[in-house]
Amino acid sequence: MAEAEVQTIQRVGAEPFDVYSIRERFPALKREVYGRALVYLDNAATSQKPQDVIERVTRYYTEENSNVHRGVHYLSQLATDAYEAARARIAGFIDAESAKQTIFTRGTTEAINIVASTFGRERVGRGDQVLISEMEHHSNIVPWQMLCESVDAELKVIPISDEGEIVYDDFERMLSGRVKILAIPHVSNTLGTINPIKEMIRDAHAFGIPVLIDGAQAVPHMQVDVQDIDCDFYCFSSHKMFGPTGMGILYGKADHLENMPPHQGGGDMIETVTFRETTYNDLPHRFEAGTPNIAGGIGFGAAVDFMVATGLQAIAAHEHEILEYATARLQEIDGVRIYGTAPDKASVISFLVDDVHPYDAGTILDRLGIAVRTGHHCTQPLMQRLGVPGTVRASFALYNTREDVDALIEGVKKVKEMFA
Amino acid sequence: MSHQATIQDRAREIVEEFALFDDWMGKYEYLIDLGKLVPPIEVEYKTDDYKIKGCQSQVWIRPEMQGGLLYYKGDSDAVITKGLVALLIRVLNGQPPAAVVEADLSFLDEIGMKEHLSPTRRNGLASMMKQLKLYALAHAHAAQN
Repeated sequence: MAEAEVQTIQRVGAEPFDVYSIRERFPALKREVYGRALVYLDNAATSQKPQDVIERVTRYYTEENSNVHRGVHYLSQLATDAYEAARARIAGFIDAESAKQTIFTRGTTEAINIVASTFGRERVGRGDQVLISEMEHHSNIVPWQMLCESVDAELKVIPISDEGEIVYDDFERMLSGRVKILAIPHVSNTLGTINPIKEMIRDAHAFGIPVLIDGAQAVPHMQVDVQDIDCDFYCFSSHKMFGPTGMGILYGKADHLENMPPHQGGGDMIETVTFRETTYNDLPHRFEAGTPNIAGGIGFGAAVDFMVATGLQAIAAHEHEILEYATARLQEIDGVRIYGTAPDKASVISFLVDDVHPYDAGTILDRLGIAVRTGHHCTQPLMQRLGVPGTVRASFALYNTREDVDALIEGVKKVKEMFA
Repeated sequence: MSHQATIQDRAREIVEEFALFDDWMGKYEYLIDLGKLVPPIEVEYKTDDYKIKGCQSQVWIRPEMQGGLLYYKGDSDAVITKGLVALLIRVLNGQPPAAVVEADLSFLDEIGMKEHLSPTRRNGLASMMKQLKLYALAHAHAAQN
């Protein structure tokens, strides 16, 4: 199979979405914590894995393990084929033009760092601006800060409303010829806000501004079509979408990637090497130095297969229902304040109850078997904007049920009682 | 009575008190009550000089040497953390610095609260203990010389 070919898997014989039988495929969800059933509501941090993915990784190590791209023997061909086939399917999953444009990275954070340190370095100079928003995860702040510091450019921040949405008027006012890069999240990991990225990209492009989208919190929950949104770069992680840890994707438009210098040197990213000079390999390998996380890549492909077979529309619809149910039930509890009330949201509810410190709430919920996240969620500037030390964050995925929500509600009531 | 024996006695008292509760909920309720009983630290000590940064909760601690013994006041913005600060003060307060440096804190494990002292909890307690012991070490050393 040609390496650059994109493979789009069609969903055959669509079965109705049955969350209970889907749950059965996730072994970790059956475990107990402190002698109680696990209620896993920390999907924004990482997702659990279906048996399909676990088995695919095991099968790789049992039957196919070999180094990729380098061998002439049978096993290495098997491994390479499996790895590149995974890449092709992941490319199809986001509707990339070519699998050459879906570069394997260690995750979203590394993907953003690659763009900031190569593309960014060449585009951004003294006196220029890089534009991000108040709701960013640290991984979409620090690489740009580092870039701006090193080239003496300015990091500008688009304000958000109290509801947790981009203030669009302010955003439009901040666009100018001085802005060289816009970087924003598709979905906020703390607020759940789905940003109007297609419009933002269109408006930024009118000024010739390339756009990087942090898609980590979007791909597990909805169909993403990079050609349709016309982003310049799209970054996401395997482990948040039911795949193994240690893998992610940097998608970029061909023009950009072709002209970016490599960020790491070593094996695989080269064409020829002499001590006098070295020539670099083509895309995507130019950005993939060294032996990759082969098992991770293959597992990532299996995660994509799982999501496609389950049905992206069905997943989104189910999660929407769960999020609405959870929001409504939380709002019934006196003293609960929800942070992030945009009309368009995915997966996440951040909240506080009465004066209870999120650490206190999280400790009690933990003891009740409920896994949520507490604290600043790697969005310290956002916490400052909201004026809170942190929040309790429940984040849902395709396998969460109304019963999970009911357990959370009982837990929150218990927290309220214990700290009254 | 030796200072370590005093520390161990106080620790044993705490373990006995917590043993009165059958389940984790009772223990946490007791800990929360203990935390609420501790007067807040004076406003002049709620500054960055006395703050120990944790990701999840903040801890303020004000150690003071008096007559060769180490005393301290503590506070936290999270009630559970504050309760644990209260327990630690109760066990270690008014002891010579050398005793604080060597203090055995396994009582926390016995009451089922050991995980809160783990650095991964990021509630400031692990850093607080480290800071306290360093402070005690510095003063124990000064006392020797």
